[in-house]
Amino acid sequence: MDKFVKLIQDVEVLWSKYYPMYLNGVKNTLILALVATVIGFLIGLACGVLNTIPYTKQDPWPKRFLLKLLRGLIRVYVEVFRGTPMVLQAVFIFYGLPYFTDGAVAFRGNSGMWLASIIIVSVNTGAYMAESVRGGIISVDPGQTEGAKAIGMTHVQTMLHVILPQALRNILPQIGNNFIINLKDTSVMFIISFTEFFAAHRYIVGVNNMYFPSATVEMIGYLTMTLAASFLLRLAERIMDGTDHYKLVQEDSLTMTAGTYNHPHRGTPFDERSKEVRERIKQELKFGRSRGDR
Amino acid sequence: MEDKILEIRHLSKAFGDHQVLRDIDFSVGKGDVTSIIGASGSGKSTLLRCINLLETPTGGEILYHGQPVTGPGVNAAKYRSRVGMVFQSFNLFNNMTVLENCVVGQVKVLKKSKAQALEDAMGYLNQVGMAPYRNAKPRQISGGQKQRVAIARALAMEPEVLLFDEPTSALDPEMVGEVLDVMKALARQGMTMLVVTHEMAFARDVSTRVVFMNQGVICEDGTAEQVLGDPRQPETRDFLARFRNA
Repeated sequence: MDKFVKLIQDVEVLWSKYYPMYLNGVKNTLILALVATVIGFLIGLACGVLNTIPYTKQDPWPKRFLLKLLRGLIRVYVEVFRGTPMVLQAVFIFYGLPYFTDGAVAFRGNSGMWLASIIIVSVNTGAYMAESVRGGIISVDPGQTEGAKAIGMTHVQTMLHVILPQALRNILPQIGNNFIINLKDTSVMFIISFTEFFAAHRYIVGVNNMYFPSATVEMIGYLTMTLAASFLLRLAERIMDGTDHYKLVQEDSLTMTAGTYNHPHRGTPFDERSKEVRERIKQELKFGRSRGDR
Repeated sequence: MEDKILEIRHLSKAFGDHQVLRDIDFSVGKGDVTSIIGASGSGKSTLLRCINLLETPTGGEILYHGQPVTGPGVNAAKYRSRVGMVFQSFNLFNNMTVLENCVVGQVKVLKKSKAQALEDAMGYLNQVGMAPYRNAKPRQISGGQKQRVAIARALAMEPEVLLFDEPTSALDPEMVGEVLDVMKALARQGMTMLVVTHEMAFARDVSTRVVFMNQGVICEDGTAEQVLGDPRQPETRDFLARFRNA
């Protein structure tokens, strides 16, 4: 028990002395993870969309060739960046560029380090997101595409208005996953002396010997960040799903009054509640609100 | 009337080695209500999907007002916007409300103004009795209601022909009626319709013409009275007999 008391005391000492440094690390970690996840998602979105452009044997050969080439390139990108550690990618980009250009192109100073970090984490996230987006697109029911085609939508319109909104909702948990992974994995950016949260720890324990208490601060800090991120993502999902209820609109200028449509046997749709709907309401009362049938 | 909207000539379709359609010849005139009947696997749905270019035919041609729609250089999307389709599985856009489902095509494909599209969509939703449900999402309404919305969505494009691919096959028996009622009303208004169906009563009472398909070919083609009442081919007789016994 007294060990815990000692630990808490040490943590308090560390925090009161170094909290600006820790907080600065948290800030940098959050900014890097957020920016890189957004950019990485955009890269992944572009890859996923380009990867799923359909072609048939009837298409002219330049189109087929181009699409095949595109798929090949994306494949190489995904495999290379997914298959190597981000630490090494950082080294290759940060030190490799000046090495090959004899110092003509290099990431210099603080802004250079930020730029390099954002590029590396984004490109890495993009490789994962490319597959997530592709999976999200092909998991949308093909009937949705057929429905859109049948009313004359082009591939672009179908993607934009029908497929992507549904695919993005489905991959939102994966985007969240990537964001949380980035919050933690940005710690490897110490290799190019980026001062994120973990780098703060490395610096602080370098000037005193309170390694374990500082690690405790780090643990609590990372967990706080990831829990907050999880909570916000759940919230976003719920907002995207919208409400499970809808209002019948009967009394306004757009809806004609009852009687314009009649079922010979069962009155009008206005007093009709189908079996399915009744059943679902029953289930909802029993088990609480469901998030719809996906 | 001799004004042919669709003409299908020697159409064939194969999936690999499997020949699904063989040498299909028929045409659709303005105001025709054609029912396509036949056993499962006889190629009815594939024929409909070929007509809407959801499947690419392997042979023959489809003429729309005399113009071929298969082959290179044809704007398939534009042609599809003139030929509506109602699916067995509804295929309503799950990310949109009932009303948005009926508006999106008008705005994006027909380039109508939003206000005009909303007004027209409400007209068609009223016609199928789904206007009060306009703010519901597809997952919140029943199968019969979904299919009525799907019909309204197709109508909103003001198509010249409406193709129905087994529109009531995925419905609970108690919901079949509401969809057939809407289809009957459309037929009475003079809509040109091509209906793949297992509803023999609908074929008999509503359609001007019945086509019986068997193993990828058109086996019998005539008025509803003739094909259903006095079938000439033995295959048609067998099929109808099985239906009566079922």
